[in-house]
Amino acid sequence: MKRMGAESMWEILEGVGKVILLFGNPVVLETTFRSIVVSGTATLLSALLGIPLGVLIGFKDFAGKRFVKTIFNALLGVPTVALGLILYLAFSHSGFLGFLDLLYTPVGIMIGQAILIVPIMISLVIHAVESVDPDVMDLARTLGASETEASFAVLRESTAGVTLAFISCFNRAIAELGVAVSVGGNIRGWTRMLTTTIALEARTGEIEYSIAMAAILLLIVFAVTLVINLIQGRRL
Amino acid sequence: MNSFVRLQGLTKRYNDATALEDVNLEVKRSEVITVIGPNGSGKTTLLRMMAFLDKPTEGEIYFDGGKVDDNNRNHLRTKCTMVFQKTALFDATVYNNIAYGLRMRKRSKGEIKERILEILELVRLEGYEKRQTKKLSGGEQQRVSLARALVLNTELLLLDEPTANLDPRNATIIEEAITRVNREYDTTVVATTHNMFQAEDTTERVALLLNGRIAEIGTASEIFRNASKNLASFARLENVFSGISKTRKDGTSLIEINDNLWIEAASRKEGKATILVRPEDVIVSRKTVNSSARNVLAGKIVGISDMGSTVKLNVDVGKPFVAQITKRSFSEMRLNLNSEVFLTFKASSVYMV
Repeated sequence: MKRMGAESMWEILEGVGKVILLFGNPVVLETTFRSIVVSGTATLLSALLGIPLGVLIGFKDFAGKRFVKTIFNALLGVPTVALGLILYLAFSHSGFLGFLDLLYTPVGIMIGQAILIVPIMISLVIHAVESVDPDVMDLARTLGASETEASFAVLRESTAGVTLAFISCFNRAIAELGVAVSVGGNIRGWTRMLTTTIALEARTGEIEYSIAMAAILLLIVFAVTLVINLIQGRRL
Repeated sequence: MNSFVRLQGLTKRYNDATALEDVNLEVKRSEVITVIGPNGSGKTTLLRMMAFLDKPTEGEIYFDGGKVDDNNRNHLRTKCTMVFQKTALFDATVYNNIAYGLRMRKRSKGEIKERILEILELVRLEGYEKRQTKKLSGGEQQRVSLARALVLNTELLLLDEPTANLDPRNATIIEEAITRVNREYDTTVVATTHNMFQAEDTTERVALLLNGRIAEIGTASEIFRNASKNLASFARLENVFSGISKTRKDGTSLIEINDNLWIEAASRKEGKATILVRPEDVIVSRKTVNSSARNVLAGKIVGISDMGSTVKLNVDVGKPFVAQITKRSFSEMRLNLNSEVFLTFKASSVYMV
């Protein structure tokens, strides 16, 4: 067991050594680029639906509001493998969305990730809108804003919270594996993502690729977390 | 009819609670009218309806001769503006806060800049343009709020307790700015207060609001003279006491509030009297202070309210007594609930009717 441990240690160190060289490798760059584009687009898609919905729920008082919020909160923790399986079944030829030919395509992953993160977008936008000082709406109105302009004033006050929602969504999307594996299939040069490479290539003798990409993924996630902290720091 | 704003049978109910009941009030163009009443008497509700932020449950509002309805309410909102008691700010710079209303009115960039520089001078915040409002002191924030309203130069200005929680310096700046705007632009001002002294300083009309109804309208001294009529409600105002006054040889009077509480006043009066003491005029100390002030009351702090730049202390001296001190003296004296303190004030600070 000890020997095994030492060997893996050595492998890791060797991998770290190769990481720097691999940062410039075209396959690594391409995969990183694809991951960022796919997850970035998924984040934008989720914003398209999530921001208007979140603002609406945040602004309006209606019966069952708590229930709706609870549902979205519960959906925050959807296991990515479960969602991946559902989407695989839906997108496969015999599935009810089979005609869209989305299985094993980057667009398929994009849509899958968007579905995964839209509850995060909605929940965080609701929270952002609700935590704005309730007097801001009246303040804008008494300064001459119309109802619509006053709503925009509230939205502007929640900018930091909405930014936070974007970052959290992107973070979750780029780091998820379940959807990317099941819907994407890890096809080289086509649907291979940072996470699928890390998970699947480790076993095929290309462990240094895995390590390089893990390092890149960590860098991206750290950078994103740093931005979150900076934003929160500004709020205080 | 020369009334600028007329409230007719105005009633406002929230669910089962009635905030205002059958309020009739005429505000003349260019006048400054003060609405005085204890907390919870409906002052804010009244102002919010005059600012067209809320609709009355019953009754009508006439603005500049025209009846206010759903069709013109949004438009009329640009002809008046309200400054809230609890300072509301946009999370932005002083400049962008003050610019908001002007931008809503589609003014040019050049005009906006010019007006903002002018108004900052009026509230003595020159050079504050780029500061973040959330990082200013309470008094400065309230001055930004006022500047943001004044810069619009609306015909009607509604002020909800504009100086209630401020230290004397900030309060003076705000009072001066309001007076100047009223004089120079003939702005009609409706201000609320729960502090009798604020109303007493002015020669303008005062409306006394009690339990959602206008009990009286007149000059401050007229209302004051009738204080006994509404004594129970007046007692809810800060530092208003009644008792039996006896003149003394040296020309002052001693008023017996109860068996253990005597207050000396500089004016002369025999018999039933109502007295007021301004919370700002009371010196608070841990030990008795050496001074010529004739009134020294010992008591225990039973309530502390943070008012931004000042702290309001509720002191039990046999009757609840309110003293307002700066935050700095508050922390220097390390005061807490149940701290034993002495309240000192001059006989000439006691206002008697």
